[in-house]
Amino acid sequence: MSPRIYIPTMLGAPLFQILFFTYLGRYAGSQDDAFFIVGNAIQVAAMSGIYGMTMGIANERQYGTLQPLLATPANRFAIFSGRALPYVANGLAVSAFGFAVSWLLLDFRPAEGSVPALALAVLVTTCSCVSLGMLIGSIGLRARDVFFGANLVYFLMLLVCGVNVASDDLPGWLAAIGSGLPLTHGIEAAREIVSGSALGDVAGLLWTEALIGVLYATAAYVLFRVFESEGRRRASLETY
Amino acid sequence: MRVLWRGFALHLKMMMRSSFDGLLGVLWPLFFATIAFLMFRAGGGGEALVFASFGAAVMGIWSSTSTSAGSAMQRERWHGTLELLVSAPVHFSTVLLPVTVAMSAMGLYSMIATLLLSRFLFGVDLPFEHPVSFAVAVVATVVSIGAMGFLLAVSFVRYRTAWALGNLLEYPVWLIAGFLVPLALLPGWVRPLSWVLAPTWGVDAIREAASGGGAWPEIALALTLGAAYLAVAIAVLETVLASARRAGSLALA
Repeated sequence: MSPRIYIPTMLGAPLFQILFFTYLGRYAGSQDDAFFIVGNAIQVAAMSGIYGMTMGIANERQYGTLQPLLATPANRFAIFSGRALPYVANGLAVSAFGFAVSWLLLDFRPAEGSVPALALAVLVTTCSCVSLGMLIGSIGLRARDVFFGANLVYFLMLLVCGVNVASDDLPGWLAAIGSGLPLTHGIEAAREIVSGSALGDVAGLLWTEALIGVLYATAAYVLFRVFESEGRRRASLETY
Repeated sequence: MRVLWRGFALHLKMMMRSSFDGLLGVLWPLFFATIAFLMFRAGGGGEALVFASFGAAVMGIWSSTSTSAGSAMQRERWHGTLELLVSAPVHFSTVLLPVTVAMSAMGLYSMIATLLLSRFLFGVDLPFEHPVSFAVAVVATVVSIGAMGFLLAVSFVRYRTAWALGNLLEYPVWLIAGFLVPLALLPGWVRPLSWVLAPTWGVDAIREAASGGGAWPEIALALTLGAAYLAVAIAVLETVLASARRAGSLALA
């Protein structure tokens, strides 16, 4: 990605998002700074996962490269997972940047020795967000305007995944939606790690986050194969 | 005036039929408003919820402008219509300004939706003490934010990725214009920046009019800043167009 796009979207916007919600949180008085910093610094990794992965798959159709890609005998699972890696790496980088600027500008100080466990929590969460991006991208093989859906899911995650509002403060039905989405359990685990919990204490949350990611990735793969075979049968791979 | 009005009406119609500018433009600020209301409710709510309701309502006007205005001129270039518009007998600013004002006017949808959301879903008792000055304050806010969008559109014309710069400005203006957080809570060096932003005075005017205060000085400041943005934008536009004509690079970026 060109620095002209990367710096404003992947570094600038996350920085301002963290500042905005931390100041808003101070005024609202609902939680302490660390709550908003951790929530938003991890949520910004979802941006790379959701939008990046959606584009990684759906753009093949938009740019007219889907047919040559599917004409190859390449293993579809390898194509899928290979595409995911840069978005996972980028998600980690964006999240690390978010934590670093929070340390610099907002006096964010995680518990001593918590950084490796925090990095693991961010990695697991980023992977599960990428899985959801894969699912949306697979839907993009059929849907006309998949980016509308990606935006909608992204907004929804900001609302229901406990990023800025604790799940306990959400209406029950919104919290229920959030518990089935990536991010929710990962953020909860990261908050506990930052406040001093050991990795073992949050293992359940991280396993749940990982399981949610695996479920979305499986659904994405199945959907991709279904749309691929249907597209071949009906000669409609790149039609809109 | 006819060109301004026709351009405004045409672009408003086009955006109302776009899923991105229309539906998503309304939903995006609504999600943020809901998050803000839930945060304030968790923190005890009270007067802060009234403050936040009007601020959240104006957030949509800025969002619909910042995300689209930055690339308004770029879009004409991509569509291949920029040369035709520039060579039209009317000044190019009368073509571009209605586009950015239409973008900010689209934010009225989310403004109304946000006010209804705060009243009926979160039970916020919103005052509307001076309906006339409230209506004037809303119009002044839309027009001045549209003028700010016009300035962005002409300033970002040299950047191929103007849309990214437009998106980047969404959160900072929400924050430093005091939409949801009082300016007193921000660092002191931010305040001069807030004062030169028309949305700061627009949202202040709306709050003042709603709560029964005298909103006219804030309305005048918002409109004055809007006029200043226009003057600067036209000067920048003249320079950009003259340079592009000289270099024969109007269609290039």
